[in-house]
This record gives sequence, C-alpha cells and structure tokens, in this order.
Amino acid sequence: MEYLIIIISAVFVNNVVLSQFLGICPFLGVSKKVSTAFGMSLALVLVMGLATLVTYLIQNYVLINTWFGEKMDITFMQTIVFILVIAALVQMVEIILKKINPTLYQALGIFLPLITTNCAVLGASILVVTKEFSAKGVESHMMNLGESVVYSMSLAIGFGIAIILFAGMREQLELSNVPKALKGTPIALITAGLLALAFMGFQGIV
Amino acid sequence: MSKFKYLIDGIVKNNPTFVLVLGMCPTLATTTSAVNGMGMGLATMAVLLCSNMVISLLAPVIPNKVRIPCYIVVIAAFVTVVQLVMQAYTPGLYETLGIFIPLIVVNCIVLGRAEAFANKHSVLESALDGLGIGIGFTLALTCIGLVREVLGNLSAFENKFSSSDGMLVFVLAPGAFLVLGYLMVLFNKLKDRKKKA
Amino acid sequence: MAIKSSLRNMVLVLTLVCLGASAAVAVIYSVTKDPIAAAATAKTNKAIEEVVPAFDNNPSEEVLNIAADLQKPDETNKVYVAKKGGEVVGYAVESTTKKGFGGPFTIMVGFTPDGTVYNTSVLSHSETPGLGAKITDKSSHFITQWNGKNLTDGSVNLSVKKDGGDIDAITASTISSRAFCDAMEIAANVFSNITSENK
Repeated sequence: MEYLIIIISAVFVNNVVLSQFLGICPFLGVSKKVSTAFGMSLALVLVMGLATLVTYLIQNYVLINTWFGEKMDITFMQTIVFILVIAALVQMVEIILKKINPTLYQALGIFLPLITTNCAVLGASILVVTKEFSAKGVESHMMNLGESVVYSMSLAIGFGIAIILFAGMREQLELSNVPKALKGTPIALITAGLLALAFMGFQGIV
Repeated sequence: MSKFKYLIDGIVKNNPTFVLVLGMCPTLATTTSAVNGMGMGLATMAVLLCSNMVISLLAPVIPNKVRIPCYIVVIAAFVTVVQLVMQAYTPGLYETLGIFIPLIVVNCIVLGRAEAFANKHSVLESALDGLGIGIGFTLALTCIGLVREVLGNLSAFENKFSSSDGMLVFVLAPGAFLVLGYLMVLFNKLKDRKKKA
Repeated sequence: MAIKSSLRNMVLVLTLVCLGASAAVAVIYSVTKDPIAAAATAKTNKAIEEVVPAFDNNPSEEVLNIAADLQKPDETNKVYVAKKGGEVVGYAVESTTKKGFGGPFTIMVGFTPDGTVYNTSVLSHSETPGLGAKITDKSSHFITQWNGKNLTDGSVNLSVKKDGGDIDAITASTISSRAFCDAMEIAANVFSNITSENK
C-alpha cells in the first residue's frame, strides 16, 4: 500500500518535469518524435534506478560513517561524489549494454551520454537522501533503500509519461500553422504550460 | 575593445535563456519572485566565472579523453563552495533555492561554456565570457521572476503594491512555462524588428 | 591544444584534479563551518525575540527538552526560556508537524507563563508558494488570530472551522492550516508538560 502511494505520488502528483522542474532540457530537446521520447524514458528509468541505489548506499555508508574510529559526516562532499558516480555509472551501463545486448544498445545507446547532464538523475539522488517523503495518509519519514529506488524509478516513469504526451502534441504542432514569432521553443513552452496545468489536477489525490 | 565583445555577446547575442535555451530547470523552478531569480542567476554566474577561468588554465594539461570528467569535478567543487558560502551568509536564499543550488553542476550552460569556449581561449577571455553569459542569465531570470511576481503576487522585489491576491497560477508551475514562452515570443519579435530596420 | 591521452596521464590528471577539488572544498568547509552554525543560531534567536515579550537573558543557553507526549519521553521538543530580571516572562516552544502539504514544517510558538500565545513564527517549511506558504505572512489574519488565545485552559478548539474547530483556515490551503493547528497543539502539550515538571 505504502509503495503504491509512493508510486502515484512520484508519477503524477510530484511529476518530475511538470511540477518539480527537473529534466527540462531533455524534455524540450528530445520530444520532437514519440519514438525517441520513448527510448529516452526507458534509458532514464534504468539509469535513475541504478543511480539512486548506488548514491543511497554511498550517502549512508560512506559519507556518514565511522572512519578511523571517528564518527564523520562529510555530506558537504555530496555534490562532487554523486555527480562523479553518476557519470561513471552511465559510462559503465553504456559499455556493458554494448557487450551483452547490442539490440538494446542500438535503441538506447545514443541517449545514455545525454543522461549524465540530465538534472533529474542528480536531483532525484539528492532529494531521496535529504528530504522526507510526505503524502496524505502517510506520516512523513526518510525513505529506506527500497522506497528510494522505487521512488526515483517512478519519477522517471512520470518523466516518460509527460514527455510522450508532449511529443505527441508536438508532432501535431509541426503540421499546424503557428505564427512566426511563436515557432519552435515558445509554442513548445506554452504547450508544456497547459500540460502542467492539466497535471495540477492530480494534486491532492494522495 | 575586441575582448569586450565577449562580454556583450553573452548578454545579448548568446543569451543563455532566450537564444541558446540552456539551463531551463533553474530558469523555470527558481523564478517564483524577482529576488529568487536574481539569487539563482548570481550563484550560477559565480560558478561560471570561476570554472571558466580554472578550466581555461587547466585545459592544456588535461588529456583529451578525460576532459569532461575533469571539467565536471572542477564545476562540482565550485558549486559546493558557492553552496557553503550561501548557507553561511545568505541562509534565507539558500533555503528557498534548495536543491537547485547543487543542481548548478548539471546546468548545461556551465559545462557547455567550458567545452565550447573556455578550453580554447585565454583566462581573460574566458572570464569575460563567463561574466557575460552570467549577466545574461541573471537578467533573464530576474526578468521572468519579476513578471511572475507582479502577475502572481501583485508585488515587485517583495514590495507588495496591492493587498489583494494576484493570479496565483503564475507563481505555480504552469505559470513558469507560460511566462517564459511569451517572453521568448517578445524577444523574437524585438529581434525581428531590429533585423528589418 | 590538448595533450594526447595515455592511461598513465589520464589516471594521473584525473586523480590530481579530484584531489585538488576535494582539498579546496574541505578548506572552504572548515572556513564556513562556524558562520553556518552562527547563521542557524541567529535565526533561532531572531525567532525567539519575535515570539516572546522583551527579555534580558540568553534563551539559547536556557533550553529545556520537553516531550509533547509523556508516553513517548524520547521525542522531545526544545523550549527556550526567556527571563527578565530573573523572572520568567515567556517560553518559546519549537514544534514540528509532519502533516504539512509539502513535507514537515517547524514553527516557534511563544507562550506567556499563563499559557497565552504571545506570537508565532515559522522556522522552516516547504509549502506551495502563494498557497500554503501564506503561513509565513506575519500580518495575515491566520497568524494573528492565534495571538492572545489561551491554549491550555481548553477554551479554544484547536482545529479549523471546517472540522468544527475555532480556527479560520487560509483560503484554499486547508491542509497547511490543519498542519499548523497540529503544530500548535504539539506546542500547547509541550507547554503544559513544562509547567508540571520544571516550574
């Protein structure tokens, strides 16, 4: 039950793009076609799950731990450590995928390098270890490992839903006659605004 | 004079928000008021200026294949420095901007300028470029923040000019997209008119 | 421009850059450590000054740790005691609710010794800007309605009018208003426990 609330909250209510403003660059950048949007989302679910798993363990067993007989809290190194780990992880996923599953690599490979600078990955890793989870009917608490991984994979799924909807709309927009000054990014942003307005309807369901 | 051009380019011709469309996450998320937008812009500018300078210094000794990880480490270090300094001296702003301060690391503007400019220009030129892009970013964010604050909260730079409630939607998430979209239209229109004249 | 990559120089440069970066961050950390702590104390002191009548001691040095619920003696709240001329003029109670809309929020509630609210102040929150964040608007009716109310003699029903209580909620922010009431109730319980234990 609790996992269900976490999933709904992450996918719809706190949608990563439309209400938390993470991962806007790929949201605007790779949303011209539904098929590429789909590939990007799949790659992101994989990377965000893995990244949160690793960074959660690093936060709780490396940055806050007893070293040399002294209790230490070096969480101020969080940003540097997390981004390096994420960059290395993405590279590793790329290399492994190329070796063991070339077909999947063909489909997702080109998106992987872009993911390092997708702020949704770093954002989610930092959020799950620093902020308490809160939703209606659940007392707010720090998430444990399982919840953290589920939460950030759900965030990635929320990203997927938003970007696929958005790409569908943009494919239609290509065919319509848009005033010159609105062409390109401006009309995309306005569309995204309307989509965000629609997602606000989910507020309060959990 | 020719060096000065790098500074001006960053503000108008290469404006990171309206022309390059980079660094959209902080642009949308932190512009709930003019002061917040400006704070985010200045924090990014500080990181951009320092990282551009250090990277242009280090570029000649960094092997090509590991250059991106090296840049990321340098940028992350400066971001952490800015984070600590803000926590110490502007705790209020630090709390409002929250997670978006560490996320300056993955702001495409910073890494983008390192890769596209700083590693092939001198320290002075890189500093001017960082400053220019930083000012351009700060101006854009302050501008968006001001519009959202005026429409959504009926106040400007935290001075309320009417006691009634504003159009709340502009402070919330959808308003961010809409305001940025329409400001871009305005920017395109002005640029177009200039070209014709 | 850049030099040719070999395994040796790649490892060497990356290691050096990482070392240099961590060293720089560690230095800044040790320099800003005290100002960060000072900023946090200053914030608490400012909140205490706002919520209790004028005092001449240093309340940050006279802190009581009191449980809101005597069944759970481990979960204590901080209570800052304000004194003037050796006499207690007020208690500032730090209280955190977990029922906020955007996550937990913490408020400071000032009581005069008879249990009347003197003033309140929000220490940290993550409510929606423009909606729940109105709890930080010090001149709003929602915040000023608490002042002068006695929360310990049972004269006030600590819930919003929608739930049959005495408190006017913030328009369109019922959840935040309920959470604020919850925080006030915790503070009131803490206050009653001080008077029975430490007075």
